[in-house]
Amino acid sequence: MFGRLTWDAIPFNEPIPLVTSAVLIIVIVGVLGIITKNGWWPYLWREWITSVDHKRIGGMYVLLGLIMLLRGFSDAIMMRSQQAIAVGDNAGYLPPDHYDQIFSAHGTIMIFFVAMPLVVGLMNFVVPLQLGVRDVAVPVLNSVSFWLTASGALLINASLMIGNFSRAGWMGYPPLSELAFSPDVGVDYYLWSLQISGLGTLLAGINMVTTILKLRAPGMIYFRMPVFCWTALAANMLIIAAFPILTATFVMLLLDRYVGMHFFTNTGGGNAMMYVNLFWAWGHPEVYILILPAFGVFSEVIATFSGKPLFGYRSMVLATLAICVLSFMVWLHHFFTMGAGADVNAFFGIMSMIIAVPTGVKVFNWLFTLFRGTVRFETPVLWSIGFMITFVIGGMTGVLLAVPPVDFVVHNSEFLVAHFHNVIIGGVVFGAMAGYNYWFPKAFGFTLDERLGKASFWCWLVGFYLAFMPLYVLGLMGMPRRLEHIADPSWQPLLLVAELGAIVIMAGIFLQIAQLYVSIRTREQRRDLTGDPWNGRTLEWATSSPPPPYNFAVMPQVTTIDAFWEMKQSGRTAAAPDYEPIEVPRNSATGFLTAFFAVITGFSAIWHIWWLVIIGLLAAAVTAMAFGWTDDREAEISAAELARMERARPSVGLSP
Amino acid sequence: MTDTVAETAPEDLVSGRGGGGPAATRTVVAYGFWIFLLSDIIMFSALFAAFAVASNRTAGGPGGEQLFHLRNVFIETMCLLLSSYTCGLGTLSAERQHRERFLAFYALTALLGAAFLFIEISEFADMVGRGDGPSRSAFLSAFFTLVGTHGAHVTAGLAWLLYMVAQVWVKGLRPRELRRLLCFSLFWHALDIVWVGVFTMVYLIGGR
Repeated sequence: MFGRLTWDAIPFNEPIPLVTSAVLIIVIVGVLGIITKNGWWPYLWREWITSVDHKRIGGMYVLLGLIMLLRGFSDAIMMRSQQAIAVGDNAGYLPPDHYDQIFSAHGTIMIFFVAMPLVVGLMNFVVPLQLGVRDVAVPVLNSVSFWLTASGALLINASLMIGNFSRAGWMGYPPLSELAFSPDVGVDYYLWSLQISGLGTLLAGINMVTTILKLRAPGMIYFRMPVFCWTALAANMLIIAAFPILTATFVMLLLDRYVGMHFFTNTGGGNAMMYVNLFWAWGHPEVYILILPAFGVFSEVIATFSGKPLFGYRSMVLATLAICVLSFMVWLHHFFTMGAGADVNAFFGIMSMIIAVPTGVKVFNWLFTLFRGTVRFETPVLWSIGFMITFVIGGMTGVLLAVPPVDFVVHNSEFLVAHFHNVIIGGVVFGAMAGYNYWFPKAFGFTLDERLGKASFWCWLVGFYLAFMPLYVLGLMGMPRRLEHIADPSWQPLLLVAELGAIVIMAGIFLQIAQLYVSIRTREQRRDLTGDPWNGRTLEWATSSPPPPYNFAVMPQVTTIDAFWEMKQSGRTAAAPDYEPIEVPRNSATGFLTAFFAVITGFSAIWHIWWLVIIGLLAAAVTAMAFGWTDDREAEISAAELARMERARPSVGLSP
Repeated sequence: MTDTVAETAPEDLVSGRGGGGPAATRTVVAYGFWIFLLSDIIMFSALFAAFAVASNRTAGGPGGEQLFHLRNVFIETMCLLLSSYTCGLGTLSAERQHRERFLAFYALTALLGAAFLFIEISEFADMVGRGDGPSRSAFLSAFFTLVGTHGAHVTAGLAWLLYMVAQVWVKGLRPRELRRLLCFSLFWHALDIVWVGVFTMVYLIGGR
């Protein structure tokens, strides 16, 4: 009846997951209780859960990423603490079985459920506004994408309470992830949650590319698009080209595990290195899916706060597209030690080093934009400058790792761990934080507290260096990654420094929570009534904060790069007030329902409850078919109604 | 001072650099669906790559030359290619508002698609019955997965076809239905393209 699911799945004899689960359940029940008590359900259902507005969906993506950051960081600090104390005779407080699950969950969560939602959320919120249009290409699909991502996050957290998580690392390499060596549900949780959220990401990518290529305000030719839109275009093209490979690879591993096929097994002619190749054929583009939008954020922030147009706009665009193409030609550098031979390794080593060229072009463009600008050192700028310094260090260690003989020495060591945290924290996380501080006033109509924001930045920056610079040294000293117990006591002092760094980063995270809390409490004093709090250059600042559901009452006419700046300079901020009726998409529960059934399908597939898998799939199909039958998907706002709504808003930007 | 733009916008339009404002819904939907098909084909390309790697890893089991009956596969292929032709005729009839002709061509498409599936399933059943199922060897795993994924697409396509026929039956051929038919026919043709790859790589090259 319930497949493999029995009471043994609840970790009654493991105190850490049991207590964590209990606390989580109490928090969730408490939050749901507060919502019910205050009668917020109709509001949440109407304004958020069924919303197909790209701004709301973008906001929910970012919120998901921030919440999952807390989970991923809890894993991180548990690992740091274990490594700091489990030296010599001390066994530490985490058994190996649990430690292996933690590092697997940490990597999986941080990449798929923190970095991806943050980046996709920012793109979702910003791109249509910057393009001067009213929504993405297919708004309901956007809602489906978000809820599928949230479903994956839910499933991966369920593994904490019911069953266990994968012990095979965030890449899930076979043969360890095969049934013979991971017979329990851990790897299945990993595979199903990533399949479901991966489908969401793919659909989001299709939607975003279509939006950028087919929906732009009149006059916005490609070379007038803001750089963030270019980087979003490149990142989403990479999503379309890379995520299907991951889906196919996971399908093969699932078939190995569920029906005894032999793609990656040790027996029957399987080839585990095929998984590794396919995984990184997705995995390396994925790195750029994350970092390119962050580059876009820095480009917007640095130009805005320097009061200058971005230096070298065209070279920035070309560098972005060059990285987009090159990202598919370097995957083998993740496993030089496979033994493909000197020629193959040399090719991939050289290709990897070549990526440093367009990246260097970008860094110089940012520097020249700052040069002789009237730079205002607000929080987003601090994140951007912190990024430029930190990322260059990470890039240089990356070039080191791209040299195959060097890689043979330091691969699988803490040096590698330091390198990729250096580029992902210093690049993606700093970019997400810059974007969060920069666009928050646009999304919610009030600015974030600067003092706490800056304090949080400094904690993150200092904490980052304390936590990861020692790991470079430890790697060179020969310490492998993923150690549950430290045999060599001479590594302990540096591990203690790394632990201190993690604590400082934790202070930074608390300060961010405090920043959000304080800003919400004092929002009345920090309202942005102009719609343009930073003296911005691009079209998202041409409408009010927060923008109305339709973004722009009259579609802006674009004549240059930095369209809004040009409008302000020429005084052409007021468009003709003859409103025309506009169509806005109606709310739809399709996304939420599809995702609900996807959770049921995924969960029952993990536990081999086959009848429920069939019900879940059928219900999802019926939901899609019911939506496919509907006709009245748009509501019209009449010209008179539009004029009334526009008069009710603060008079800013393009409104008369 | 409101619009200095009005004069510049047409120039952008003429020069074909995409400055003409948002595209029409039909264009946007079809374009998005093309991109979806592209991603689907990339997924197939990963399965093709796996098949290429596994093609001679038979683990002592049978290879393609012992298993495939090219005569059946030829009939199967003809069914699918013909169904694409009838699907195209059906969609063109729909564009011209010929409801009866549309229904006839789509019924024919469904029949040909079902025939394709029937031949494929018999082939699979035959192989599994002789003990050469997907868990026999890496080669057979890759074969069943690649061909089976295509077959699953055809099955989903058949369900979609019947659903579209029902929509047209109930609601007629308005722009919204035509847009959905356009997407469906793109999907059906894409399955043909993938099958041409399967036929060549799996059966013609792998069956020698």
